[in-house]
Amino acid sequence: MARTPQIVGQSPLRKEGKAKVLGRAQYVDDITLPNMWFGATVRSTIPRGRITSIKFDPAIPWHEFTIVSAADIPGENTIVHLAKDHPCLAVTHVNHVEEPILLLAHPDRAVLPAAVAAVHIAYEELPAIYTIEESEKKEHIIWGEGETANTFKTYLMQKNQTPIPDEIWQEADFIVEGEYRTGAQEQLYIENNGVIAEYDPESGVTVRGSMQCPFYLVHALTLVFNLPAEKCRVIQTETGGAFGGKEDFPSVIGSHAALLAMKSGHPVKLCYDRAEDMAATTKRHPSRTRHRTAVSKDGKLLAGEIDFAIDGGAYATLSPVVLSRGTIHAPGPYLWPHITVRAKAMATNIPPHGAFRGFGAPQSIFALERHMDKIAKTVGLTPEELRRRNLLSTGDRTATNQLLSDPVDMQHLLTKALRDSNYHAKRRQFDHENPTSTIKRGIGFATFFHGAGFTGSGERRLNSLVEIELTPEGQPRILVSSTEFGQGTNTILCQIAAQTLHLPYDQILIAQPDTTHVPNSGPTVASRTAMIVGKLVERAAQSLRNTLLASSHLSDNYSTQDFRRAALRFLAQHGPLKAEARYESPGNIFWDDETYSGEAYPAYAWAVYVAEVAVDTTTYAATVTSFHALQEVGKVLHPILATGQIEGGIAQAIGYALYEKCLWRNGHLTNNQMTNYIMPTSADLPPIHVTFEETPSPHGAFGAKGIGELPMDGPAPAILNAIEHATNIAFNEIPLLPEDIFERMTATPDSGTEDLNPAIAGPVFSEATA
Amino acid sequence: MTTIRCTVNGHEKTIEAPPMKRLLDVLREDLQLTGAKEGCGEGECGACAVLMNGDLVNSCLIPALQVEGARITTIEGLAIDEKLHPIQQCFLEEGGAQCGICTPGMILATHHLLEKHTQPTLLQIQEGLNGNLCRCTGYMRIFEAVQQASLVGTAK
Amino acid sequence: MRSNATQYDLIAPNSLDAVLQILADSPDRYTPIAGGTELMVALGAGRLQSKKLVSLWNLDELRFIEVAPDAIIIGAGSTFTDIRKHPIIAEEFSILAEAASWTGSVANQNRGTLGGNIVNASPAADSPPVLLAYDARLTLISIRGTRTLPYRDFHLAYKETTLELDEILHSITISRNLIGYKPYIRKVGTRNAQAISKVAIAALARMNDAYIEDIRIGAASLREYPTRLTAAEQSLVGKTITPATIAAARAAVLTEARPIDDIRSTAKYRATVAANLLEEFLHTLE
Repeated sequence: MARTPQIVGQSPLRKEGKAKVLGRAQYVDDITLPNMWFGATVRSTIPRGRITSIKFDPAIPWHEFTIVSAADIPGENTIVHLAKDHPCLAVTHVNHVEEPILLLAHPDRAVLPAAVAAVHIAYEELPAIYTIEESEKKEHIIWGEGETANTFKTYLMQKNQTPIPDEIWQEADFIVEGEYRTGAQEQLYIENNGVIAEYDPESGVTVRGSMQCPFYLVHALTLVFNLPAEKCRVIQTETGGAFGGKEDFPSVIGSHAALLAMKSGHPVKLCYDRAEDMAATTKRHPSRTRHRTAVSKDGKLLAGEIDFAIDGGAYATLSPVVLSRGTIHAPGPYLWPHITVRAKAMATNIPPHGAFRGFGAPQSIFALERHMDKIAKTVGLTPEELRRRNLLSTGDRTATNQLLSDPVDMQHLLTKALRDSNYHAKRRQFDHENPTSTIKRGIGFATFFHGAGFTGSGERRLNSLVEIELTPEGQPRILVSSTEFGQGTNTILCQIAAQTLHLPYDQILIAQPDTTHVPNSGPTVASRTAMIVGKLVERAAQSLRNTLLASSHLSDNYSTQDFRRAALRFLAQHGPLKAEARYESPGNIFWDDETYSGEAYPAYAWAVYVAEVAVDTTTYAATVTSFHALQEVGKVLHPILATGQIEGGIAQAIGYALYEKCLWRNGHLTNNQMTNYIMPTSADLPPIHVTFEETPSPHGAFGAKGIGELPMDGPAPAILNAIEHATNIAFNEIPLLPEDIFERMTATPDSGTEDLNPAIAGPVFSEATA
Repeated sequence: MTTIRCTVNGHEKTIEAPPMKRLLDVLREDLQLTGAKEGCGEGECGACAVLMNGDLVNSCLIPALQVEGARITTIEGLAIDEKLHPIQQCFLEEGGAQCGICTPGMILATHHLLEKHTQPTLLQIQEGLNGNLCRCTGYMRIFEAVQQASLVGTAK
Repeated sequence: MRSNATQYDLIAPNSLDAVLQILADSPDRYTPIAGGTELMVALGAGRLQSKKLVSLWNLDELRFIEVAPDAIIIGAGSTFTDIRKHPIIAEEFSILAEAASWTGSVANQNRGTLGGNIVNASPAADSPPVLLAYDARLTLISIRGTRTLPYRDFHLAYKETTLELDEILHSITISRNLIGYKPYIRKVGTRNAQAISKVAIAALARMNDAYIEDIRIGAASLREYPTRLTAAEQSLVGKTITPATIAAARAAVLTEARPIDDIRSTAKYRATVAANLLEEFLHTLE
């Protein structure tokens, strides 16, 4: 009688970990195919204009090269995501620096940079715009027209679809306003974007490479090549980090490499170097959020107006979806009697922005959690007390009117997080020590949530499918398009299958995502893998188990050997066995895209993050000295992996807050090198204390909710809240660099005091009258 | 083209290469040792790190000619046959590798550190690894792996 | 990798004399390369102009640290790791050892040389301010012989030095007469490790009771090359440390500093922080 050991909830070794520590894992640039050539991209050097001529310098032996232009595209000259505005290759006009115009291929990789430089393109420049403000002015229209001029997408989200009654504003004890801004951020995966493409007139296109969503690339290729999906094969190679930066971008680089393969008649490897990847690929959307909040004198939120704007760059790509998530997360984990969110994604002449862990939520949550501390200060409550009076709880309705039927206890999480981080004692200690110290210390927190899975009816539309087959040797092998890029997909899905099948973890195999062999389990994004895909793996495993049990080759309480024997017997008798599970929308998930109301996400992870900072008044540098992260995530499938996800996300978010700045000049990213784009090293990060709580969700495998993006949301506002505590200065823009702190700290009384924030000066601002 | 003679992972190698070819490219292209990776090409990220005469170096910054007579150790030279080196085992057990692209360089940097400091403090670990950037882990699990490896006693 | 390696030539003569002969024969065609932590970055980025290079790496005549009774002579080919490890440097020239420990990462310290750092002439380099504070002397060598000059006379303009086309930097000499000086060094970078300096101060001061008898202040990123803050020094020599002298020293720094706005920082920030660092040092002398 075999007792099933707990596998889910333990930390077995990473499935592909051995190859990684041995240095044997094959990333795309490690792979060479016979007769392989190399590709390169000729790009625009101006932000906006018309191409007037293309000349090829006679110094280069061009006959040795394959040259691809838009004219070579068999299908549509478009990289499809949600719109078809994004050319695969520019024809007459360019709308951002680095926009791809031509592609080159050659057998010798070393000659390509000189060849790219030898293509001389002349332009007639047009006026370019670079900011949300310039875009909304609509003085220069660079995208769309009329209603949609410069505007990729807008949303209006109003609770109960009713505008806020005037009386609320007139009768409020306080109206608090604020403006908050976030900058772009580069994903900075250590492995640059890269693919190898092959083309065969009979069998079609094959692209292998570094990516998150193989079926997104399949879709893109079907349009570019006018081929059916069956003739567009995509294989994910071992991927060295992604964070969203390889969600939509592979559609660009994959299409490019495939075109070169088609025209050259050779497999073509197209791998970017760091400078090109940083300059030309997607970044996190910059944002500007304006809050206007009516608050009662006892600190109850009465109504909120939120204007949320993001900069999408030159083409729409994923901006509508980023905007959507940012919009839904803008009101945060609070009870709003009335709320109106007006959101828009604007076009600028910057390389298109795209997905980056958090996907709009870090932007709007930064604004909200900074604003909550401002409200607290204005009303005369502590940051903690203000949250307590407004946090959502079980049975409440969110800003989209979603009923929180799953248990939520943010009050408890807040208590625990503040206790674990010694928040109150430290606050008092720093208040006491700061006046006589050159190092000002502070402590601050953020309370937030993150919805797991695709928004609303997104999962229904994705209609994900998962399969588990028996190998000829009788072993279960999971077939999913969900990709591993460090976050642990392979490991957790195998754990789930092992637990469900009552087999050891080592017995479970998972196939490399190859679209000819695996079903579409949806993209690996949106913190959906553990919850949605995991649940499907659980169901498929159950189905496989039931089939074998029912076949009478197997009885309950089987051993591993029993299972293997039964599997082999089944295969001999019946042929191949593939169990499957398709997404089933829970009956109570209902989302209205028109009114932006309903069940936005099937589950939320809830968190309280506490940041301790030190601001050195000699150098004006702020560093995070300690960090506590408490989150309720449903079920921790793998403690080491889960902790690693949180720690890594917090590290990126610390970079987002204090170090990582994209410096553009006339649309060119001037700091497209690791030397000048500053990400934290091992010497820059504080001890990070991670704690989990578990309130199992009915939707996820073994109760798991998604956690991949959650850690990106909380740190930036917690850190800036701490810096405000340390310095008594309200900083409302990230990244916050020492130079910015210096400017504010050294501002003299003549030039404006440190206490006044220009955004406060709204028309109605009343002090509390006791 | 020039002839360069060196030892790589204990094996004598004779390489024909342009004298300014980067050691990184010699390893990956001439010797098919693809464990060392190009992350930045400017000596910032450490993904290309190898040991040269026992010293941790960024192979993207070393011209082939200067490798003449040197003893190079890459990640492929760490495990003996199929048995993981204790540092590799600790990285595996402690979650020190997520996407794995920084891992070869990170493990060699750890090896280099532990040769110099058999029981490193956290500060020494942070310093020893300060040239190896990891975007996935936030370094915590890596520090854990290094500390475990130091307990196992990995100094040769 | 944006250069074609086949278009470059690198030779590695096995003696310094042979190198000097090559430089003399065709002075404008061969660029010396030591550890390569600067030139190989340029190669990778596609901006290494010189197609012919001659290697100085690991030449015994350049990679040495000699301890004499009255001075320490550091061969220009010494790596930053060589410098950090040397017991006399760690003991008597602690701020040089510290500067070496901040130069890039461990891997870059194993290859980067002090000579390369000096000759590359970046205003942001970590060791030069220390060498200025130590009043280091440079020995330059060519086929024509050697010449020695104070390091503070080496830089002429941004990335322009007195080095002749056929000369290389042979060694750096620092006198061992700085017992009793209190050291200070602080680098302000974009992050805690592996950062190019936004501003840095290296200083030494000898006190006589409460008076400053001698003070030397070297600075990075305040001018187009590493400099001594002579106006600040003059305002401090012979003075005690009072709020007035601190204010005067700060003011002096602000007059002689001419930093720039660049990709890493702003001129105003650099100037003020430099003054802050100096003040921080002065407080330790109180």
